Amino acid sequence: MRRKTQSHKGKTGAGKRASTPAPALLSERELRRIAERVLRLAKAAGAPEAEVQLDEVSDALTRFANNAVHQNVAERGLTISVRTVADGRTARATTNRTDEDSLRAAIDAAMSLAHSQPKDARLLPLPGRQKYARVNRFIPATASIAPEDRAYAVRAVCDLAIRRGQNAAGIFSSGQMQTAIANSRGLFAAYRQTRAEFSITMQEGAAASWAKANSPRIGDIHPLDLAARASDKAHGAVNARELPPGKYTVILEPSAVLDLLGFLVYDFAATALEDKRSCLNDRMGKQLFGKNITILDDVQHPLQLGAPFDGEGMLRQSVLLVERGVPRNLVYSRYAAKKVRKQPTGHGFPLPNDMGEAPVNLVFGSGKSSIEEMVASTARGLLVTRLWYIREVDPYEKVLTGMTRDGLFLVENGRVTSAVRNFRFNQSMIEMLNNVELMSPAVRAAGEESFEMIVPAMKVRDFRFSEVTKF
Amino acid sequence: MWDLSAHALDIARLRGATYADVRVMHLRQRDLTTKNGQVGTLAQSESIGMGVRVVADGAWGFASTDKLTREGVVACAAQAVAIGKASAIAKRVELRLAPEDAYVDSWQSPFRKDPFEIPLEAQIALLLAADAAMRRVKGVTLTETGMQFRKIDSWFSSSIGSRIHQRKMQTGCGIGATSFQGEEIQKRSYPNSFGGQYALEGYELVERLDLVKHAPRVAEECVALHSAAQCPEKTGTLLLDGSQLGLQIHESVGHPIELDRVLGQEANFAGTSFLTLEKLNKLRYASDIVNVVADARLAHGSSLGTFAYDDEGVPAQCTDIIKDGQFRGYLSNRETAHLIGLERSSGTMRTESWNRLPIIRMTNISLLPGAWSFDDLIADTDDAILMETNRSWSIDDRRYQFQFSTEIGWEIKGGKRGRMLKNPSYSGITTEFWNGCDAICSRDHWTLWGTPNCGKGQPMQTMGTGHGAAPARFRNIRMGTAFANT
Repeated sequence: MRRKTQSHKGKTGAGKRASTPAPALLSERELRRIAERVLRLAKAAGAPEAEVQLDEVSDALTRFANNAVHQNVAERGLTISVRTVADGRTARATTNRTDEDSLRAAIDAAMSLAHSQPKDARLLPLPGRQKYARVNRFIPATASIAPEDRAYAVRAVCDLAIRRGQNAAGIFSSGQMQTAIANSRGLFAAYRQTRAEFSITMQEGAAASWAKANSPRIGDIHPLDLAARASDKAHGAVNARELPPGKYTVILEPSAVLDLLGFLVYDFAATALEDKRSCLNDRMGKQLFGKNITILDDVQHPLQLGAPFDGEGMLRQSVLLVERGVPRNLVYSRYAAKKVRKQPTGHGFPLPNDMGEAPVNLVFGSGKSSIEEMVASTARGLLVTRLWYIREVDPYEKVLTGMTRDGLFLVENGRVTSAVRNFRFNQSMIEMLNNVELMSPAVRAAGEESFEMIVPAMKVRDFRFSEVTKF
Repeated sequence: MWDLSAHALDIARLRGATYADVRVMHLRQRDLTTKNGQVGTLAQSESIGMGVRVVADGAWGFASTDKLTREGVVACAAQAVAIGKASAIAKRVELRLAPEDAYVDSWQSPFRKDPFEIPLEAQIALLLAADAAMRRVKGVTLTETGMQFRKIDSWFSSSIGSRIHQRKMQTGCGIGATSFQGEEIQKRSYPNSFGGQYALEGYELVERLDLVKHAPRVAEECVALHSAAQCPEKTGTLLLDGSQLGLQIHESVGHPIELDRVLGQEANFAGTSFLTLEKLNKLRYASDIVNVVADARLAHGSSLGTFAYDDEGVPAQCTDIIKDGQFRGYLSNRETAHLIGLERSSGTMRTESWNRLPIIRMTNISLLPGAWSFDDLIADTDDAILMETNRSWSIDDRRYQFQFSTEIGWEIKGGKRGRMLKNPSYSGITTEFWNGCDAICSRDHWTLWGTPNCGKGQPMQTMGTGHGAAPARFRNIRMGTAFANT
């Protein structure tokens, strides 16, 4: 926190000639050909209806610790998953073998599994053809990153750590994936994306701090900037003092907000309410959160990643989940929608499953305050970099527990004055979302407990810390 | 398989690897669940492929492929070497592997009934019967049951001449009832939460656990929790059942003894450890009666941390972790053993699948049994809370401060079990907690619990671990904090 950072934008280490680029994905035409072959085989095997999902991945990850690369891996794989539907019965079989005998065996397995269960009169036939909005999240420059590119970038951040007397650990990963769904009623959907991610922990003695970013565009990833930010904060985290547990005003950086609010995702599933396991049971349409809280699910948001269709190939629609603190809408799979005579929203998981559906592309409403402004407006509070090991304690009041990690700082009279030993929190999310005083513009945040979503930093009063640890 | 593996080793050597090992793995899995009287998930899957790990230019490289052809294997081995050479761009120290013998062997975990051969109709009927028995209890709003079976074959070969085939048969099952009433959701599970009990066994595990018999009790306790008293906030004596103690061992002993964490290799993700190297053989980890081992041998039991060889080709071993309360050992591999003065790895390198790099993992980390009968332990306890079946778990990234909550608690007063308590929780600092242990039940009450969902590594790997535990008593423990409101 005390050191000034230099800008290192654009310095990823990329640009060195790639000697071993990652294997290319299959073309959409090849995917379609495999899908048609599986559907033909299913028909020949006597399956009245069949669905096939293809998932292909080519990923690589360079891992470093103690200022050196210590693990460096690559994987490629294609899985083929077949679901058959017959007479109110459905089941799924998955294989990564593409020869005809293996595909036939998978189809036979799905049919055999399906045949073994009682009939479900409410099981729906497969959906027909759908229309999709095209999204472009496949960036060739990201797909062509080589291990040498990642290694040079890692060496640069490790050199920075050594110069500053610190110890760097983290990852630099890059990859590409695609998914396609086809069924015997003519539905076909395909989506591909690239993804690059850099995460770093800088340690100075017993102190540590952290920064992380990911994007489909390698040009958005700036390892040295992230390293410098983590390094500055690690230096500021030295000599942490112990404070008593209690209720504090907190300024939660976007990663901390993300990892908390990610626990709300499954509560917005229609199936969760049907099962009476959601914190929204008996609370829809009521003023549950503060009026400054609005939550949308929107896969089309420019900062999002993910396929624009769900596990049955239905178009993912934009859904207003919370409007000015009032839970307004849920998301529905086809099955859940049919039960309550609603329209499906395109959020179903691949069938068969127990969970039904979930919104996985949350976009939280923004504010206009920067983190610096939040700090400046705080007489006494805590600045939280990141949270860790979050688990649900009370599913209805949505009490979560977890720890602060990698940089907790005391704010006094509008300034960061010292580092603080890490706390355990036990905090209701419902209560927290009634206590939000300020928010920043929402950003694509990356954490470790939740998948990436679009959330702001938040200043929250009366956040409950129950115990303190030793560092 | 062996021909392809040998070819991969040849290619790795020709491309410049000074060490290489190859794992071909074939994983088969079946999942069955029911929910509210209907079949939920019904799926099976298989995955086969090869992972090649090499040392090239003194640094590690790893690549994997699902193309099990000569061309696919050549490309994979060449890619692993290229990645190793890229790693050398940012290396600081030379790798040093502890010596290990070459083994040619074949091993299979014992089972009596192959779960993949049991008629599916019978498996589904059993789950639906347990589901129905829970739904018959008024007030239950959600019932869930499940079985999972896995058959994992691995063919390991290495450039030092090892060639090891292992087959593991894994079975898991469990049931759960949930009740929403007023402003409260309560849950009970059997035989454990989050899926139940798992072991390297066959269908005999399902038969032995008798889900249908336990279903009514599970449902009745679930509903009764709504009218139970709230677990008080206080510091006092805590009794834990074996399943909760198993998770306590996992989080506050198993993870901190992983040497890769201690050495900072997990600093960015899973965290580090308070068990820094100078504490070995010096730290009083626990009270005198506490003895913990890391034991992957079949003689210890057939759980998720049991094998004949680890995924680096090192034979299964038993290592003292805590001996008479003193901290005695870490989990190590061939790369790290010399850093704690060992001449040989303790054999804990494990991988989730063919497309993941083996990393240091828990095997069976078990608290050895004491001498108490459970009834005698209760009779000997004047004032305590007995907590059963985990509901939530959390611990800091150096494994000092933890908090657990359980599904149900019972007041112990004057040597007798009293009223039911809801929302029990306890918390503390690892070494203070273990030093408060003053009674451990005997082998008659000891179970080797399987934990199927231990996450670690980047990319993330999920691994099964085993934890032997019997009910035990702990003094001066903080309880009830999770639900306190101040």
